Amino acid sequence: MSELSRRKLIATGLAATAGASGLAVADRLAHRYGLIPPDHGGLYGVGETLTYAAQRILTRHSLAREFPRSQISKTPFPNGEPPKDEAFRRLQDGGFADWRLAVDGMVARPASFSLAGLKNYPSRSQITHLACEEGWSFIAEWTGVPLAHVLDAVGILPQARYVVYFSIQRGWWDSVDMADALHPQTLVTYGMNGADLPVGHGGPLRLRVPRQLGYKNVKYVTRLTVTDSLKRFGKGLGSAAPEDGYAWYAGI
Amino acid sequence: MTTLCFLALLVSGVEILISHPRFYWGEAGNVLSPPLFKLPFPASRSSVPTGYGYVLPDQNGWSRYLHFESAWIAVLTGLLYIVSGLFTGHFRRNLLPGKADLSWRAISNSIACHLRFRRPSESEAWSYNVLQRIAYLFVIFVLFPLVVWTGLAMSPAIASVFPAAVSVLGGQQSARTIHFFVSVFLLLFLLVHLAMICLAGFRNRMRAMITGRAGTHMERT
Repeated sequence: MSELSRRKLIATGLAATAGASGLAVADRLAHRYGLIPPDHGGLYGVGETLTYAAQRILTRHSLAREFPRSQISKTPFPNGEPPKDEAFRRLQDGGFADWRLAVDGMVARPASFSLAGLKNYPSRSQITHLACEEGWSFIAEWTGVPLAHVLDAVGILPQARYVVYFSIQRGWWDSVDMADALHPQTLVTYGMNGADLPVGHGGPLRLRVPRQLGYKNVKYVTRLTVTDSLKRFGKGLGSAAPEDGYAWYAGI
Repeated sequence: MTTLCFLALLVSGVEILISHPRFYWGEAGNVLSPPLFKLPFPASRSSVPTGYGYVLPDQNGWSRYLHFESAWIAVLTGLLYIVSGLFTGHFRRNLLPGKADLSWRAISNSIACHLRFRRPSESEAWSYNVLQRIAYLFVIFVLFPLVVWTGLAMSPAIASVFPAAVSVLGGQQSARTIHFFVSVFLLLFLLVHLAMICLAGFRNRMRAMITGRAGTHMERT
């Protein structure tokens, strides 16, 4: 073995070791700071992890754009049909007076809120954009209780890392990390454009996560579960979306 | 690698596009508002009125995963190319047109040669001509950054960090519309580029591109 090739071999070995340990350190740091999405496996896992990690680092405290009243869309598009099942129809007939939002999981005081109870909390209104992954969008004024306030009322435990939320529509559920759950613009929304939230737009209760796309904004929400791991929910991919081939994180 | 990424971005981009083949200008737009223009395609969503009696299968999930993963690879390799091009002087030496070449006479002369299908002489074939140089610089420093920018401007999370990056484009729907046109230009560039390579002799050009060495002369066709 000549001098040159031995030197090359050593250099390559050192570079490979440095690269591997660099990756291992990056992996540990990424886990520690919550930069790995639950759907990080498979062919698209690397791209998805890069997207989530990069956007999470950039957006930890950023606020979604808010618009002047003049920008509110005259034709907000209500995508999809309201739930057709009997339970929803009965609640709708009763003016949603019996609608409940249950909060459980890693909380000190599990609770169940009525719509009236939620409306008694300090509200927040914001004019934000709602964009669908398909490409269309509209701007509306949304009114509700910041999710952070609801979580405060039930007292989340220190190990909490995600909030899972469920629709009355079977099979529709999603989750956000604590950065989005505690974000001031994440609203448990009951009003739109100055009136009650219409059924077509998810009324009586929709979770609005304005820094993510439409499908993260689950309609007809009835339950929130605070958790430290998403493994026990569905297939463990964080939401129903990845089970249908869509990314868990929808910031882009 | 970049070609593979481009094809992946193109296929997944078309898949995403057909879920809503309508374009708008400004911040917001949907099927209830008038479009800037519509593409005469069938859609993969029943909510979009297209005039076709059928709805294509929804392929948006994997298309979006693939689009963003390929975009990451394209951006990272693109940055590597731009940084190394700046450091090695590749752009200055091989791509920046000389002063003499930028006169109207030189440019129109070059256009005329292209229109007459005159093949370059052996010495000319060693370097890029003025039209090539302008086209390449435009792709590298205008179209490529613009397609990345307009792509990111559609992201609500990115818009929350860099709101001005969206508003200077005219809004999120404007960003989507520009993204579409820039992609079309990039596709046209690729098609012309491939046609030129075939005219210049495919095997020879491929060898030159990969090894940096050209054959003694153009292949005879």
